[in-house]
Amino acid sequence: MATQSPVNAILDETTSSSTHPSALQILHDWLTTADHKKIGLMYIGYALLFLVVGGFQAILMRIQLAIPNNHFVSPQAFNQLFTMHGTTMVFFVGMPVLFGFGNYLIPLMIGARDMAFPRLNAFSFWIAAFGGFLLYFSYLGAPGLSGAGSAPDVGWWAYAPLTARAFSPGHSTDYWTLAILISGIGSIGTAINIVATILCMRCPGMKLSRMPLLVWIYLVMAMMVFVTISPLTAAQIMLLLDRYLGSHFFDTQAGGSAVLWMHFFWVFGHPEVYVLILPTFAFANEIIPVFSRKAVFGYPAMVAATVAIGFISLSVWAHHMFTVGMGPGANTFFVLATMTISVPTGIKIFNWLATIWGGKIHFTSSMKFAIGFLFQFLVAGLTGIMLGSAPFDWQLSNSYFVVAHFHYVLVGAILFMLFSAFYYWYPKMTGRMLSEKLGTWHFWLFVIGFHLTFDLMHIPGILGMPRRIYTYEADRGWMMWNLLISCGAVIQTVATLIFVYNLIWSYFKGPVAGADPWDAWTLEWSTTSPPPSYNFAVIPGVSSRRPLWDLKHPEDPDSNYE
Amino acid sequence: MLAIEWPRGLTALMLPDTIHGPTSIFSPDGTPAHSVFGLSMLVLSITLCIFLIVAGLLFYALIRFRHRPTDINALQEPAQIYGSNQIELSWTVVPVLIVVMLFLATARVIYSTEHAPKPAASLDVTVIGHQFWWEYRYPKYGIVTANELHIPVSDRKNPTPTYLTMSSADTNHSFWIPRLAGKMDLIPNKVNTMWIDPSEAGLYLGQCAQYCGTQHAKMLQRVYADTPAEFAAWIAGQQKTAVQDASASEGQTIFQSNACISCHTVAGTVATGRFGPDLTHLASRDTLASGAVPNTPANIRAFVDDPAHFKPGALMPPMHLNEHDLDAVTLYLATLK
Repeated sequence: MATQSPVNAILDETTSSSTHPSALQILHDWLTTADHKKIGLMYIGYALLFLVVGGFQAILMRIQLAIPNNHFVSPQAFNQLFTMHGTTMVFFVGMPVLFGFGNYLIPLMIGARDMAFPRLNAFSFWIAAFGGFLLYFSYLGAPGLSGAGSAPDVGWWAYAPLTARAFSPGHSTDYWTLAILISGIGSIGTAINIVATILCMRCPGMKLSRMPLLVWIYLVMAMMVFVTISPLTAAQIMLLLDRYLGSHFFDTQAGGSAVLWMHFFWVFGHPEVYVLILPTFAFANEIIPVFSRKAVFGYPAMVAATVAIGFISLSVWAHHMFTVGMGPGANTFFVLATMTISVPTGIKIFNWLATIWGGKIHFTSSMKFAIGFLFQFLVAGLTGIMLGSAPFDWQLSNSYFVVAHFHYVLVGAILFMLFSAFYYWYPKMTGRMLSEKLGTWHFWLFVIGFHLTFDLMHIPGILGMPRRIYTYEADRGWMMWNLLISCGAVIQTVATLIFVYNLIWSYFKGPVAGADPWDAWTLEWSTTSPPPSYNFAVIPGVSSRRPLWDLKHPEDPDSNYE
Repeated sequence: MLAIEWPRGLTALMLPDTIHGPTSIFSPDGTPAHSVFGLSMLVLSITLCIFLIVAGLLFYALIRFRHRPTDINALQEPAQIYGSNQIELSWTVVPVLIVVMLFLATARVIYSTEHAPKPAASLDVTVIGHQFWWEYRYPKYGIVTANELHIPVSDRKNPTPTYLTMSSADTNHSFWIPRLAGKMDLIPNKVNTMWIDPSEAGLYLGQCAQYCGTQHAKMLQRVYADTPAEFAAWIAGQQKTAVQDASASEGQTIFQSNACISCHTVAGTVATGRFGPDLTHLASRDTLASGAVPNTPANIRAFVDDPAHFKPGALMPPMHLNEHDLDAVTLYLATLK
């Protein structure tokens, strides 16, 4: 069936330009580029910048909470810190870094030369980037320069009526609203691009059922972005109308509904969690098989589970609202929907386990982080079942147990898998390997810091500590736990700095990677590292899900079994 | 039912002492907190079993199937296995059964708590959340008080639970006394209800659990479960109008000629403001500023001088009284038993 060879780097006779461009030319090139790889890298760089900012905010909060009745920051500054930390990490770290990897990898994995709409791609990036900088401009500009430091302090959910002008005068809330509205436009643009690219730009032979699982999952994720960003955008516009044109959607003092905002926000907010975590499942589906030296177990079940998660996740939002007084009927429905989603999620974990089973596991830094992801995602899923059990949630909701749970998802699962993806695809992106020695340090320090912080963080929640408090009473038995949690945060910071150093050092000094350093099986490894701007000199053709496996094992190709 | 009646001895084995505390959800007292506790032990045990099995298999696989460079077959790829319908079906069906079981146990506790029949002897209290304090109204007794909720102890044979009807005057708040019940939000333009029935007399602590503005952290809660005699005495005391103490008449005059009366009520006087806490029996309370500090004359003085001293962001403005007036007002407020 194979008509063309997928490995075409060797056929590439294009001569590379030997002249050295000036700094201005390089800058002009990056600012005006429509190349999916450069845009992907800019997304990733932008996200790393905000990761450092959001991490810095977390450290400030942990210093404040290390001991009771601390005066390290003022109450208002603390409230701004958790608002900005949450907004930053979700909208200006999570979304861009995942879009960045998608942008970079999808065309390479489906044998295309670029995204379907390269100029829309550039537009989406720049508008999203503008959103992030607009949000941070609030620190300087909120009620005029005299009000320096007036960042939003309404929490990242911005519950009504705290956002009404009566309770939030000045413009800090408007910066929050506009930043998210604008970055949402970028998200929609990129999602359109991903869907169009996957549906229309696949190379010959790549049927939907032969796409790498990463591409499948990005397709589902992009579809979900359409469904989730829309209600958020609608709610932001309604909030602006409330604040400036006298409408009363959420204005409780004039008969509006605070609960309406909650529904709008969480019908975005919960599927958003899956928008963030699905791409990390995508990375796991590429990385775990390669380092176990086995094909992924149950490809059709993995696709079906992903689609099932996509649909079910749209019906679970009100499990964030079990304490709002929805009544037993609605509470029961959302318990069932929430628990149901654990079934397809469980299938994924079991299939990864079966992928490892019988393999030959290579413990590279990338695989270490992927294994951390597996254990921690398991725990995050199980604490999710506890929170999904509504009466248990009446106690745990809005406590530090919830904070621990979602950081287990966002750090323990998503960030760990992102680190894994960095170690895995950095050689493709730069042509250099990341240092394994620094990677080992990064991994173990981060594991220790992570577990010290987020395992222990469940306990003050059980002991009755609510989230979003700038200080706490000394007599509640929370101090020892908070002190240890803060120590863990410091260790995580050190580990992250090692990682950033590794990224920079290896770019100049790392060993040269070559086209296919991991002996992997998908198309991105068939071209040079980094790939030329046109990706493939000759568009490849495929006849199975692992074209490079077929090439390396002509005696026993995958196409015999699919 | 397993989910309701969890054997106490087993719990003591599972939970180390550190997990108990003045606001621990694992030190329940009263029916709603106990039924949540029973359910949570069931859910914890099942999830713990799942964790041990899956993590154990994963750990075993990592050791057993690690790459050994010294093996004869080290360079050979392992056997490629693409899937198995039977195995995948089994790890779909078993989780479905666990989900059904957990769902039924959960639904039972939801209905038994939210649809509990209300006994005739129950007490009704209206709770109104404010930035950043609690207003408590007892419609049957004509009492209005703030921040310290007094309710009768409820015994199992003759239950006298307290039913709370809740709303908010401004932003969202949440009522949470972890040892008595799960939390319930106080939302403007919405009326919620919940009930609590402490079985032992004493003080139960908690605090606002929904971010409500700058001083969310110091919106603390104190619930006093009184014996029937104590409760009757407290009611009788609160129903009286304010004490008129001649020694504090100067302070009263200053209080009434300042902006204090725009926001505060002192029953039986011209002070009828409703924006801030009712001060009629201020001196009968143990704490000030929604539990932020003990109720002492020095703290009253400091709070009147500048509320931001204890609670930056509190809505009461600094009163800018001179030293003499401040002393007189403090003396007056301290007489309001």
